Amino acid sequence: MENPQHASLQASGLSCFRDERLLFSDLSFTVNAGEVLLLEGANGSGKTSLLRILCGFREADTGEIYWCGSKIADSSYYDDMAYVGHADGTKKELTVLENLKFALALGSAGKYSIEQALDKVQLAGFDDNPVHTLSAGQKRRLSLARLLITHNLLWVLDEPFTSLDRQGIKLIESLMAEHIAQGGMAVLTSHHDLSMADLNLKRIHLQACQ
Amino acid sequence: MPIIRAFWAIIRRDLLLAFRRRAEMANPLFFFVLVVTLFPLAVGAQPNLLRAMAPGVIWVSALLAALLSLDGLFRSDFDDGSLEQMLLSPHALSILVLGKIIAHWLVTGLPLLLIAPLLAVFLGLPEQAMGTLWLTLILATPLLSLIGAIGVALTVGLRRGGMLLSLLVLPLYVPVLIFASGAVDRAASGLPVGAQLNILLAMLLSALVLVPLPTAAALKMSVN
Repeated sequence: MENPQHASLQASGLSCFRDERLLFSDLSFTVNAGEVLLLEGANGSGKTSLLRILCGFREADTGEIYWCGSKIADSSYYDDMAYVGHADGTKKELTVLENLKFALALGSAGKYSIEQALDKVQLAGFDDNPVHTLSAGQKRRLSLARLLITHNLLWVLDEPFTSLDRQGIKLIESLMAEHIAQGGMAVLTSHHDLSMADLNLKRIHLQACQ
Repeated sequence: MPIIRAFWAIIRRDLLLAFRRRAEMANPLFFFVLVVTLFPLAVGAQPNLLRAMAPGVIWVSALLAALLSLDGLFRSDFDDGSLEQMLLSPHALSILVLGKIIAHWLVTGLPLLLIAPLLAVFLGLPEQAMGTLWLTLILATPLLSLIGAIGVALTVGLRRGGMLLSLLVLPLYVPVLIFASGAVDRAASGLPVGAQLNILLAMLLSALVLVPLPTAAALKMSVN
């Protein structure tokens, strides 16, 4: 685990082809502790592909990703990052509590206990509800609660605001601001414009190449 | 150790899931019982023929039941994103995969083990072969789960991987079938079965060591 003040995510010269189509090329950026990177672009411009490359699910066709100066395979990257994608990553037959306990067993303990995290995302009292009884917005809150209970510096979020109500969006923004203020960092895609003025926000606009 | 904790957490979660989806999980066992009971009806009242066929019938049914249960090994994890979270875990994926395979065997292989002796009596398998049948099942059903895991990991990303899965896995199941039913056959005629059992044991031990790594690699490819 790295000292949060020196943590940085660096990408250099990334490019990605999908089905013979060039999504982006020679993309370089750095995200330092306390910064947010917002990926913008039309549907199909490669935002999700870029996030999946950052997670290591896909290999970039060219380029490298560095965590704290070393390649992600040689660093503590997977100790320090957490991902919330389109799929919730929760089991619908299990209860909220069972899902979070399992997530905790896969990672290492973070800032909040499970009870505190459920309180934060306003799911307190739903501990013993099976996930399939939750609404889409509540499921999203549950997968975001996972970010709070495990140790991580980098949040990789794919459309985190999908199916959340206005209050839920505010909530996630405030959680993100708190995470950033404590030296964390985040990379996210969103069609919803972040309303926080005090965030140290970087933007990358992906343009669909031909 | 955190990795041991994660390993147990996987097994516990999968067993809990199996318990919550009881009906779905009972399917392979039900299939096994059905196939074996249909044979006497189709063959007719020929006890000698049934007795001679018993090892083969039980083993072919067990193998097909295992094949039927395989797709569930990674399918739901793949669909709901749990597999992505497992890949992002700082722990070695191969250990987590081994946990999943063990849980799969506990849910699908162990019940076969418990019910097979009953069905063997039903087919008239001689008493002296009963112990061998049990031993082959103990050694070879985990082997079926292990070998199958590689095939499932390779095909889980495909929309219609069912046919491909059978094509990939069945040839690898054939040696298991030959040695296992061969051993029961020999035991029924009172011959020694040490060689067959030793080979099955050797296959099981090498699969335990060799399977998790390629399975983890294949899962990484499938998630891509």
